Amino acid sequence: MKRYGLWRYLLILFVLGLGIVYSLPNLYAPDPAVQISYTSSSQTADEFLAQRVTDIVKNEDFDAKIQLENDYVLVRTDTYQNQLKLKELLSSELINDVVIALNLAPTTPKWLVDIGANPMKLGLDLRGGVHFLMQVDTETALRNRQDGTLQDLRIRFREENIRYNQASVEEDSSIFLKFNNLLAKEKAEEFIIDNYAQFNFPLNSNVENSIQLYLSEAEIEQIESDAIDQNLTTLRNRVNELGVSEPIVQRQGKKRIVVQLPGIQDTAAAKNILGKTATLEFHLEAQMDTPRSRKTSYPYRNGIGAPAFLQDSIILGGDQVATAQASFDENGLPQVNITLDGEGGSKMHRATRGNIGKRLGVLFVEQKTKTIYERDESGQQVPVQQSYEVKEIISLATIRAALGTTFRITGLDSPSESSELALLLRAGALAAPMTFVEERTVGPSLGADNIKAGVFSMQLGLFLVLSFILFYYRVFGVAASLALTFNIVLLVAIMSTLSATLTLPGIAGIVLTVGMAVDANVLIFSRIREELNRGRAPLDAIDAGYNRAFLTIWDANVTTLIVAVILLSYGTGPVKGFAITLSIGIITSMFTAIMGTRAFVNLIYGSKKNLEGLSI
Amino acid sequence: MTFNIDFLAWRKIAIIFSSIFLVLSIGSLLVKELNYGLDFTGGTLVELSYPEEANIGNIRETLVDGGFNGAQVANFGSSTEVLIKLPGTVSDSLGSEIVSLLSADNFEQAIDLRRIEYVGPQIGSELRDDGGTAMLIALAFMMLYIAFRFQSMFAGAAVVALVHDVIIVVGIFSLIQIEFDLTVLAALLAVIGYSLNDTIVVSDRIRENLRSAELDSTEEIINLSLNQTLGRTLITSLTTLLVLFSLYFLGGELIKNFALALIFGVVIGTYSSIYIAANALVIMGLNKDHLRVEEPENADDNPLP
Repeated sequence: MKRYGLWRYLLILFVLGLGIVYSLPNLYAPDPAVQISYTSSSQTADEFLAQRVTDIVKNEDFDAKIQLENDYVLVRTDTYQNQLKLKELLSSELINDVVIALNLAPTTPKWLVDIGANPMKLGLDLRGGVHFLMQVDTETALRNRQDGTLQDLRIRFREENIRYNQASVEEDSSIFLKFNNLLAKEKAEEFIIDNYAQFNFPLNSNVENSIQLYLSEAEIEQIESDAIDQNLTTLRNRVNELGVSEPIVQRQGKKRIVVQLPGIQDTAAAKNILGKTATLEFHLEAQMDTPRSRKTSYPYRNGIGAPAFLQDSIILGGDQVATAQASFDENGLPQVNITLDGEGGSKMHRATRGNIGKRLGVLFVEQKTKTIYERDESGQQVPVQQSYEVKEIISLATIRAALGTTFRITGLDSPSESSELALLLRAGALAAPMTFVEERTVGPSLGADNIKAGVFSMQLGLFLVLSFILFYYRVFGVAASLALTFNIVLLVAIMSTLSATLTLPGIAGIVLTVGMAVDANVLIFSRIREELNRGRAPLDAIDAGYNRAFLTIWDANVTTLIVAVILLSYGTGPVKGFAITLSIGIITSMFTAIMGTRAFVNLIYGSKKNLEGLSI
Repeated sequence: MTFNIDFLAWRKIAIIFSSIFLVLSIGSLLVKELNYGLDFTGGTLVELSYPEEANIGNIRETLVDGGFNGAQVANFGSSTEVLIKLPGTVSDSLGSEIVSLLSADNFEQAIDLRRIEYVGPQIGSELRDDGGTAMLIALAFMMLYIAFRFQSMFAGAAVVALVHDVIIVVGIFSLIQIEFDLTVLAALLAVIGYSLNDTIVVSDRIRENLRSAELDSTEEIINLSLNQTLGRTLITSLTTLLVLFSLYFLGGELIKNFALALIFGVVIGTYSSIYIAANALVIMGLNKDHLRVEEPENADDNPLP
């Protein structure tokens, strides 16, 4: 029989040891906890905040541990009920400059954390939370860009003395320009070619003396990808404002964004904040002599007061707001205190300096979506989501002195509206509106039940399989049982170190791995039995069994791995969770079922010279 | 376990048997179609847990009064759990509206929200297409691997067996109208992996025996190989079925259909690796000459860990 070198035993022991250590953190159940941090990112949690929290918790005789972490204060409790009570208590006691979030705080011992051992991440189906998939309406981003360019063109044409009859952004997001005569058209054409690179050239149009400007492919791609990037950033800011621990905000595919918020239950509120595209625009009120083409009438947001005309040119938009805080004015009405960034401040100053006595309008701009029904090619009614823009005046106040970087906005309906507006201004605007194309919410009770069901079915499955192979293969069955258990330990350890997410289908994958990992041992043991039946000596039979079965095991596992990897790259959600555990399980089972059992078998039989038979 | 069964004597019967099943499956898929779950149809689903037995009739009435007309209400797993489905809806806020409506109607008891799922109409068809693509790619890659490791006839035989398994499992889901969702799709791909595993083990033995056995006729060699691997095939199927039944009964409602698809798949996959894959090799006329030149390596001389 082939000698089994010491280094193999050492390797197996080493891997087993690593596996045990790195899977250990999963045995420590996390504490339900509440984390408190400051709203503004420039302020980090300090002793002062920790002291305030401690006082509140002490006053109510709450049994909780308070820790000051890097940028937040963590309060650990023992039950989920206490966690919710604590959150309510803290929300009512601390004023609105903090964000309070529910969290599951790991209780991993320090020595494990120090060597980088952490528990597996649990998917939303196991811990509860919301998953959103949002589609970015890039059409609107294109349109907005063209709107901006058109405004710019109007100003430049005036400077260049180019006369035009009509200038508008069409349904297909192209800019349509009509001129008085061919001369003006040609001048404009030349000017556009010299100054604007983003259009498809040559310019042309079917209508006489007119130009139609289409964005080039490259430009469209650039705008779309910028829009998605900006939306990602904005969403991250907003999610931070919501106060969620371990959120995920990721791009998926070309036009979609996934947001996962563990522990959030109130999906309506979360959606309201995430999907809102509200921002502000500052315009001067139109004067009597403002031409019709350069002013627009807007209604008031609160419905009181007749619609008023504002100039079309924007002094500045919400993107130049540096910070915004909701508060109350001297009459107790909601207001938002705004600080502009440097550029915004000087723009505001320039615009208001020369217009003292005139009125400054603040427009509330919101992108909304509605569902309309259209007929598709087969004549069926299909729902299509379409976005549109609502612009309403929230305040129109006389400019008494030149404004600088800080001022306030009044005219809001309620404190909740002011705090929402402040939040949206702080987090930044979305570059393009988004529609929710998928939403999955899992309540905490279902999550807990799923864990229980998953773990229970895994225990029973493992118990049944181990009983069977112990009964059927006796001593070799012990080897296979150890290998199976070792396999699960390794799988958990790898999942933990990769910080892969465990989901319910993932648990199913582990259970399936248990069933299928036995296959390698069954193949080997059947071969050994066959060799014994052919009359080979026991130790030779073991050798031959392992040798002959290896290629079969290899081919069978590689093909299953191919399936698992394809699932991993093509799948979403449940499919992915299943594929992760399946692929890792296949790889670890090759090690445990072949090397692991071999080492055990050699340990038992290897030293016996005159072996009569095997317990197989 | 040693067996001496003349498998190939059952060949014709197996072909008839499989043909009937395939025709039934395809027929059912054409006539009854698949009972697609929310993942593929789009729509809204709400699962609620009542503290006491839930009155389905009342819930239905409340929903109709509240303007939710097409709602399907049913128990889910137990009499206190309720599943409400609104297929094909477009609004993403229906779920929360339903919850608040029912909670208001039921104010003396707290209803526990278990889950809300909303899948937009465009996502549904995309997921379906992606699933189909994934399956085709998996089949293609596997064919390539087997053709590379074995020989093209083995690849052909394996794919015939896989297609057979997938059609029949999907056919069963259509026939008894079990909901077909993303997790079932994952299970289906796992069935491909499992069935292939079986087919490879059998093919591997056939290849080995073709090279070494004293027997001349391909039929006899295949028969011998099937008998040699039968013990292993049965034991592995048994252990896998043990864990699958444990998942089916204890894994919770969300995993039930997943386990069921795999249970059908394991049974059919085991059958197909014996009768379909081996049969296909006989029909394609595999013989010793096909393996003579290729692949110098042989299981026997391969050095091992």
